[in-house]
Amino acid sequence: MTQFLDIRNLTLRLRGGPIILWSVSLRVTSGMVHGLVGESGAGKSMIGKAVLGTLPRAIEVMGGEVWLDGVDLLALPPRDRRRRIGETAALIPQDPLTALNPSKRVGPQITRRLIDILGWSKSEADQRARTLLDEVRIPDIPRVMRSYPHELSGGMRQRVLIASAFAAEPKLIVADEPTTALDVTVQKQILRLISEMRIRHGTALLFVTHDLGVVSKVCNSLSVLYAGRVVEEAQMPRFFMRPIHPYSRALLAATPTYLDPDGSLQPVPANVIEDVENENHHHALRAGYDV
Amino acid sequence: MIFLRALLTRLLTMAITLFGVAVVVFFLIRVVPGNPIAMMLPPGATEEDIARLQALYGFDKSLLQQFLIWSGDVLRGDFGTSISLRQPVSELVLGRLPATLELSLFALLIAIALGGLMAFLGTLYRHSAAEAAVDVTTGTALSVPDFLWALVLILLFGVLWPVFSISGRVSPSQAFEFTTDFYIIEAFLRLRFDVVAHLLSRSFMPALALAIPLAAIIAQLLKQSLKETMHLDYVTLARTKGYSETWVILREALPNAVLPTLTLIGVQFTFLIGGTVIIERLFSYEGLGNMAIDAVINRDLPLIQGIVILFAALFTVINLVVDMLYVVLNPKLRHA
Ligand SMILES: Nc1ncnc2c1ncn2[C@@H]1O[C@H](COP(=O)(O)OP(=O)(O)O)[C@@H](O)[C@H]1O
Ligand SMILES: [Mg+2]
Repeated sequence: MTQFLDIRNLTLRLRGGPIILWSVSLRVTSGMVHGLVGESGAGKSMIGKAVLGTLPRAIEVMGGEVWLDGVDLLALPPRDRRRRIGETAALIPQDPLTALNPSKRVGPQITRRLIDILGWSKSEADQRARTLLDEVRIPDIPRVMRSYPHELSGGMRQRVLIASAFAAEPKLIVADEPTTALDVTVQKQILRLISEMRIRHGTALLFVTHDLGVVSKVCNSLSVLYAGRVVEEAQMPRFFMRPIHPYSRALLAATPTYLDPDGSLQPVPANVIEDVENENHHHALRAGYDV
Repeated sequence: MIFLRALLTRLLTMAITLFGVAVVVFFLIRVVPGNPIAMMLPPGATEEDIARLQALYGFDKSLLQQFLIWSGDVLRGDFGTSISLRQPVSELVLGRLPATLELSLFALLIAIALGGLMAFLGTLYRHSAAEAAVDVTTGTALSVPDFLWALVLILLFGVLWPVFSISGRVSPSQAFEFTTDFYIIEAFLRLRFDVVAHLLSRSFMPALALAIPLAAIIAQLLKQSLKETMHLDYVTLARTKGYSETWVILREALPNAVLPTLTLIGVQFTFLIGGTVIIERLFSYEGLGNMAIDAVINRDLPLIQGIVILFAALFTVINLVVDMLYVVLNPKLRHA
């Protein structure tokens, strides 16, 4: 079982200020979904940024390694790092309203990097974009590709961003609270879509969220982050039945679905993991994490 | 449709503005002391001589009558005759306009190139010593007005290290026969790049003096906008796609960050053209501004009026062009 992403003892701090991540370690296996939960400000996004090479300049790496597909990103010169990340990973951002360039048409925002960086021809790239937009169930694809972002709804834009994330067939996608900014009604669809897409493409997913309910639906394993530290790392059904760390229990208790009326924990209902009942999932269970 | 209506509104506003400028300049220069007729006659001219000439130029009529006659003429395209040069004002003014336009545009290009480069470097190396250097440079450039930069340049490159010409638009030894007054553009279109180079080197010093403060303003505002844009999500997303930081700044951030700077350039460009009056004088550059100073010294009322109105027309047109560009560059406005 290859650890496609392997973060070892990553410590970050604000330059001349407080530590933001304390020796964080975390692994994502090829083709699996790893959840990263914790309350706002815990440092979830910082982990995602460290993986994708987009840490703010004010943040300093104190130590640690970020192995992506067998290469320690932190040991690479910035140019190579960026290229490497562009080839192997992608981001599904939090807020679809701000994640598309307002002055560019949607189509090129998906295709340009295929042409500019990967050297595809324009027609290949366009064809690829059409296929992906179809996979994320966007109607009237030619019109959408010609639109500017402000002409599309939030849900549509998030679909575009999902399609775009899969464009270069990354092996890992970081989804940073991809549904938080959306209407409740749209959230479910988008969540389903992400699951479906990553299964179809066999992509590993680092799924950042503060919502345990979401984790139970899409993840194979998870890390619980609290104030910059990983307090618990667990396999999926086990975590919901027997959370170990007190903070995890508190977090679970705050997610009412999983509690009996008398306050004791319920076993995870079968439907909770329906979305991950697929080849990859069974494969993962057979291969076995260290639970 | 909305675009068209906005355009019409703007044209109407422009007409009103120009009329206002005409009124103000007409009456203002007439309340300033100094008699143009007395100045053109040799000392010892008789009262009758003066009165006769006054009548010839219409200065004997009431101010209101003079204004009505003059504005009627202007509407027919007749700006009167220069008192000091005794040629039609429109010919004089249009003959000098190209020189000033070429100087201003050259200065504008230098300002955009220098300012843009500094903004780019400041953004690329943000939060480092290089950004601080950019800030200090632009701060210094801004705290000194263009005519003082002109004096600095004259001292440095005219006197101490004379590599650039500091006097005149063309060298007297330049044998090229120009058929228009747009020397640089004409030489360019006739593919005489040696002449273009000559002309550019002649006007480089005055253009640079005009450009330095504007370059500094552009650098400051554009860098600020770029840095703000660099934090936005779509820029971050572009980084994760493997683009270099240079590409991210120029292709992702710049198109969205440039709008405030563009508006600013529009406004500042009119100031820059205003600056040509003194700069052309300092560098003996044969443009409109230089002519304006002579006109004021000679109390050449028709010529002053002509020059001021031409400047005003130029400014309103520039503002219009900038606003149109703004709409073209910002898709949100276009579809609003
Ligand atoms: N650009 C930044 N500069 C400095 N500190 C930051 C920046 N972004 C986030 N932080 C700090 O880093 C910590 C972790 O933030 P983040 O990873 O965004 O939290 P989460 O995603 O879990 O809500 C927070 O304490 C936050 O204040
Ligand atoms: Mg976050």
